[in-house]
Amino acid sequence: MECPKCHGRMRTFDRNGVHIEQCDGCRGIFLDYGELETLTRMEAQWAQHQYAPPPAPHAGPAWGGHHGGGHYGHHRRGSWIGMLFSS
Amino acid sequence: MIEELARLARRDGPVTVLKQARVLVVRVGDVVVKAHPPDTDERALRARLDAARKLPGIMLAPLGLERLDGRLVTLWPAGEALTLADVDAGTTPWEQGGRLLARLHARPVTAGLPPAGGPSRLRRAVADLAAAGVPDPVAAPILAAYASLPPHGDDGARGHDEDGALTHGDWHLGQIVRHDGEWLLIDPDDLGVGDPAWDLARPAAWYAAGLLGPREWERFLTAYLAAGGTAVSADDPWRELDAPARALTVQLAATAVATAAKAGEAPDEVAQALLSACERIVAVTRAAT
Repeated sequence: MECPKCHGRMRTFDRNGVHIEQCDGCRGIFLDYGELETLTRMEAQWAQHQYAPPPAPHAGPAWGGHHGGGHYGHHRRGSWIGMLFSS
Repeated sequence: MIEELARLARRDGPVTVLKQARVLVVRVGDVVVKAHPPDTDERALRARLDAARKLPGIMLAPLGLERLDGRLVTLWPAGEALTLADVDAGTTPWEQGGRLLARLHARPVTAGLPPAGGPSRLRRAVADLAAAGVPDPVAAPILAAYASLPPHGDDGARGHDEDGALTHGDWHLGQIVRHDGEWLLIDPDDLGVGDPAWDLARPAAWYAAGLLGPREWERFLTAYLAAGGTAVSADDPWRELDAPARALTVQLAATAVATAAKAGEAPDEVAQALLSACERIVAVTRAAT
């Protein structure tokens, strides 16, 4: 088919089940009816897969403290390590 | 006392004192001998030992019960305890602990078993504050948090015997050992009928105080739930954990500052983290009322 904008030759590509016509001249893209929606849907699924936070860990209580800094495990042994093992 | 205790092991070899506090624990060869506190309720201890005998694969079974100078003495096969190296290497068996507790909580309660000892440990830790000479300003947030706790009967926060489960009563990483190649729970001194969420409450309190990392906490909790643990709900474990974790925060804070006071030292960072958690408990309780 002929590009409606620059009258160049359009080539058909198949991307994940979506037919795309792209003009060799101006690189413009022509989508068939419903294909823009298909692409949008696929993009949303991909984004959800990529960026969705992992399922919430088991959170914590309202009075819980912060876990921002380093933990007491390796560098602050002393009473913390002892506490792990004693009543 | 140590020599006489060691003799009860009927083993040759060097004697190692493993613990010298309310209880005295020594190891001789492959036997561990434990002298219980003088005020130990014999009937309760016997019921707990019987229960431990019926938990193969979950809890270490005792070798015997004897008496020495009026104190009850129990004999145990020596297991291999966790070491600091395990913690440093990141090989702390949080998963094994979680799974063992899940299996314990699934077992039926045997007749005659006393209430689990968790709540009375809490009361004892708070009562010890004054005796240890903890200064009032240090004790204040602990006592305020203690006063804000929901009622905790001898049978745990649930308050009813009939819906209590088999509960260890004093679980921490010193309460699992490797024996004959398998991990087992030890120390049935506080084993009984209670709210099983109390067994998860100490790690939960460590986590809430910012002492235990979220990854370790998740390993423990996830393994517990994956093994069918019923003490907490999978969708919102803090629903059941909140109250016992508050109680354990108070207990751990009280124990930490009492230990510091007895040593003539100021509370260290770990004690401070627990004191801060007590302050937050008081704050959220005030905000909620």
